[in-house]
Amino acid sequence: MLDLSQPSHLIAFVVMLGGLFFDVVGCLGLVRLPDVYNRLQAGTKCVTLGTFLILLGVLIRFGFDSLGWKAVVCMFFVAMTSPTAAHAIARASHRAGFGLWSGSVGDRYAEDDEGRRAPVSPGEVERQRGPQGREVHP
Amino acid sequence: MTTAILVLLFGLTLGFVLVVWRALRGPTPADRAVAVDILGILMVGFCAVLSVALGKDLYLIVGLAWSLLAFVGSLALAKLLEGRAFDA
Repeated sequence: MLDLSQPSHLIAFVVMLGGLFFDVVGCLGLVRLPDVYNRLQAGTKCVTLGTFLILLGVLIRFGFDSLGWKAVVCMFFVAMTSPTAAHAIARASHRAGFGLWSGSVGDRYAEDDEGRRAPVSPGEVERQRGPQGREVHP
Repeated sequence: MTTAILVLLFGLTLGFVLVVWRALRGPTPADRAVAVDILGILMVGFCAVLSVALGKDLYLIVGLAWSLLAFVGSLALAKLLEGRAFDA
């Protein structure tokens, strides 16, 4: 239970509120953004940080006893696996051909031929495209 | 249930509702895969709040197991989106 008159409980509650804020903002981005890739960015990054802060609140509330160490293990695992899963979904949806939002500026992953070639620096893309901006194949 | 715990639980429920809206609405299957992935991470936060509310470490163990299985499930969904078989 959270007894807000004790200082460690109050700090834990404030940290958990911060985590909740990031969670809700991330889910709001999931609803409002126009594209799969935008939604992936906003959703997974914000919600991972929010869950991390909520688990940090649990650690502050209980200290370093058995509950606290379980929270530390959970924190570590969420921080390791959630970005990996997000990257897998992003790569898979690009390879499956789901398009970008119409207002997107560029698609670097498609220019690298989906990772089969080494990524090019911006100057090299200009050289490859030639003066009129068309692709010049070597 | 103190007010603090209720505030946290209602906030997480709001997050759930938004994610489920996107899972039902999302025009492409990739949107639905993203929503299910985020739902898994939100559940870990929910289990953490429950462990504070009830004072037991059982719920953190549930959250840890949930995050493990949700990770494997998200990777499987990614393979399914790409069109590959699960053991390719």
